[in-house]
Amino acid sequence: MTQEERHEITLVVNGVARQARVPARRLLSDALRHDLGLTGTHVGCEHGVCGCCTVLLDGEPVRSCLTFAVTVDGRELTTVEGLAGPGGMSPVQRAFAECHGLQCGFCTPGFLCTVTAFLRDNPSPTDDDVIEGISGNLCRCTGYQNIVKAVHRAAELMAEESE
Amino acid sequence: MTTRLFGEKVQRLEDPRLLTGQGRYLDDLGHDAVAVAFVRSPHAHARIRDIDVSAALDAEGLISIYTWEDLPGRLAQPLPLLIPHPALTHGRTAYPLAKETVRHVGEPVVMVVAEDRYLAEDVCDLIRVDYELLKPVVGIEEAAQGAQLVHDDVPGNLGAHFVQEVPAADGRGAREAIEQAAHTLAFRLDIERSASMPLEGRGVYARWDGTDLRVYSSTQTSTSVRMAIAAKLDLPLPNVEVIAPDVGGGFGVKIVHPWPEEILVPWAAMTLGREVKWTEDRREHFVSSAHERGQVHFVRVGFDDDGRVEGLEVTILHDHGAYTPYGIIVPIITSTQLLGPYKLGSYRVEFSSIYTNTVQVTPYRGAGRPQGVFCMERTMDKIAQYLGADRTAVRERNFIQPADFPYDQGMVFQDGRPLIYDSGDYPEMLRMLKELIGWDSFERRPGVGIGIGCYVEGTGVGPYEGGHVQITSDGRVHVSTGLTSQGQGHETVFAQIAATELGVPIERVSVVTGDTRRFGYAVGTFASRAAVMSGNAIALACRKVREKALRIAADALEASADDLEITEGVVHVKGAPGAAVPLATVAVLANPLRYAFDEEAKRATQFAGTASPDLPPVAEGEEPGLEGRDYYSPVRSTFASGMHAAIVAVDPDTAEVEILRYAVVHDCGRLINPMIVEGQIHGGVAQGVGGALYERMVYDAHGQLLNASFMDFLMPYATEVPRVETAHLETPSPLNPLGIKGAGEAGVIPVSAVIAGAIEDAEGIAIDRMPISPSELFHLRG
Repeated sequence: MTQEERHEITLVVNGVARQARVPARRLLSDALRHDLGLTGTHVGCEHGVCGCCTVLLDGEPVRSCLTFAVTVDGRELTTVEGLAGPGGMSPVQRAFAECHGLQCGFCTPGFLCTVTAFLRDNPSPTDDDVIEGISGNLCRCTGYQNIVKAVHRAAELMAEESE
Repeated sequence: MTTRLFGEKVQRLEDPRLLTGQGRYLDDLGHDAVAVAFVRSPHAHARIRDIDVSAALDAEGLISIYTWEDLPGRLAQPLPLLIPHPALTHGRTAYPLAKETVRHVGEPVVMVVAEDRYLAEDVCDLIRVDYELLKPVVGIEEAAQGAQLVHDDVPGNLGAHFVQEVPAADGRGAREAIEQAAHTLAFRLDIERSASMPLEGRGVYARWDGTDLRVYSSTQTSTSVRMAIAAKLDLPLPNVEVIAPDVGGGFGVKIVHPWPEEILVPWAAMTLGREVKWTEDRREHFVSSAHERGQVHFVRVGFDDDGRVEGLEVTILHDHGAYTPYGIIVPIITSTQLLGPYKLGSYRVEFSSIYTNTVQVTPYRGAGRPQGVFCMERTMDKIAQYLGADRTAVRERNFIQPADFPYDQGMVFQDGRPLIYDSGDYPEMLRMLKELIGWDSFERRPGVGIGIGCYVEGTGVGPYEGGHVQITSDGRVHVSTGLTSQGQGHETVFAQIAATELGVPIERVSVVTGDTRRFGYAVGTFASRAAVMSGNAIALACRKVREKALRIAADALEASADDLEITEGVVHVKGAPGAAVPLATVAVLANPLRYAFDEEAKRATQFAGTASPDLPPVAEGEEPGLEGRDYYSPVRSTFASGMHAAIVAVDPDTAEVEILRYAVVHDCGRLINPMIVEGQIHGGVAQGVGGALYERMVYDAHGQLLNASFMDFLMPYATEVPRVETAHLETPSPLNPLGIKGAGEAGVIPVSAVIAGAIEDAEGIAIDRMPISPSELFHLRG
């Protein structure tokens, strides 16, 4: 019986350097969830379509289920666990609660990461911008209407709070 | 002032944990558990000649391999047939692991346990199963011919055949009424297969400590999974606990139980003495859970010059796949709920439930209603078109009127009870919908059409649910109910009910669902029943607790219980807020103590002077503690209703359909939380749009599911779902204390009918088969 080769990697997750020893084929989603215990990132399809596993890699949204953990050695990651600040939930998180932008909550971490990056780049989006911005994430519960509303509300909150 | 939370848009209590990554879904549990993967049949129909595991025995991380031959006792028997019915003469269920024959692609054949999922899948790849291929039976009409059999002992592949007939008032049968009607139409309507497709698949995690078994499952019914596990593994029921943790969507598929994995994983945990977990992957979900919707309908209708239906006859072929664990509930619901808000002169419905070598069929949100409503509403549209009448006018002429309630449709519903509608106001609902969509002012223009669909939905089916309410000495209120949650916001709405009934701030209320350690008696979450069933049970339990609290407080305050009320968690004399005692203190007094575990508890001890020395500390008929339990068990279902309308534009070149507007009027009785009800409607409509325009399960002639991934099974993104405009009508149910009706499935039910009607209106082509793709529509244009 041959033992699968393992690699030492360091991931800077939510500002904290974390080490893991993983096989080359270990998906980033599995490394986050099962090696680092950050189970907030979810896995819905493992083929890059649903967007549940979206995390921010050096600030940009990526599918962690289509990324090998070893390929992001040394890089910075933000997961849903890192979105809230010292003062509590982020504007995006608060807006989702206020607008009922989630039901079962399984797709939500992916939406929150996607929307966080989207609003950073488009602080005052139109309806079409928002729909385009979230069009890579599937939700089976909400019908998206309240998610769209939440994105607009988050933009409002961010504008108010940056004043 | 009393605390009024019932009916308010209260923000969800679930959200803070779900928004911060603190939710606990199945695969988030059991960090140290070993992993299960399955070898599943790649063939739709085959005999297993041999299973060779020799190449796998050396694999890294292998712990164990199991086939059917390894299964002991009742585990080796077929899975239960959950809902027997006299018409289901040839019900068949699968073995947990295939015994001799596989009957659909995806059927589990070998279970592998290894140190992690990657290694378990490696082992699966090394196991060789030798199959003798049998001819697959695919396609409902081919299956109904019966030339090839799915089960050798089921002739004609016929699982069930069932007829229900409601004759005319003068005794004539529907066929006779149709023959004698002024006008008749006959046509065929098809709906293709789709599936619930929650974003979290199924999953099971089990721990065994030598005596007690604890199982976590992503299920819609933890109490029934528990009973099934105890029975299959021959364990005493009190030694088995089942918990549904946070569940990432269900939509029907997770009501089926026990899944093979729900008994195999606990058994492996017991056999190996290790924590064991299986998490379904997406392909597994496509080929080994359940589908729904696929039905063919042959309709004949007779009507008078005004479009009043004198007789309707519907013959249904229902494709139930390879097995029937959930019985014939789906076609029963189609046959009964097809009637919608209408009173027909006479009705005859007949269905044949047919085996095919495909994934089994069990309820998906709507559960047979989308098909029934498609039949009825297409029929109404065809009558209107034939007569040159307005589509809404024809519907209106057939409506049950407000004065007709309770209205008996003369049939037997899915709960085995008479199909009697309790309340509703269909003419008013239609008026509201026409106003909302602008039906009368809609301007006809090329490529744009308008459609409408009406439905009635039996909700809150029995037999019962229960609620337990406990107020502890810190003043907190702990509510539990046995049914489960998959995103419906039960923690919030049940807390609203409890806070309102008890007069406490909602922040002090916490709700637990789906945990058999907290509440052992329940049925489950399906059929838009949770709010009606558990909501009323919790309200009744709260009323018991409130009465007890007032009784104890009356003693303490030396007042009459009739003069007391509870506000913000404090019992006080009406109009005299100074004469008051907090519920926390009442909870202390409710439990006579020997030992003072804290300062507050001293009041209840033997020398505190609060109890009469001449009476037993716990009075006869009383129990210690400020808590209560009650059950709600309705005599029959309560009937919600709704009407949808849509305006669509069809591209003249590509035949792509765009939904320009979508309007919903909905009546689920009294609303507990309008925000949550709206959310349920939005989500239902989105699934309906998927079913109308995008989603279908494509099987080839070999029984291979060709689109078993999210790349190819097209669920709508935000770009495909219209903004839904909603209005609510509230006709309370007279059947339950809270006057509520279910809302969970409503949004999805009429969407295919509505979109078909709108496309037909835009294109002038009969739309009799859904879903419809641009290329199909393009070809229909000829």
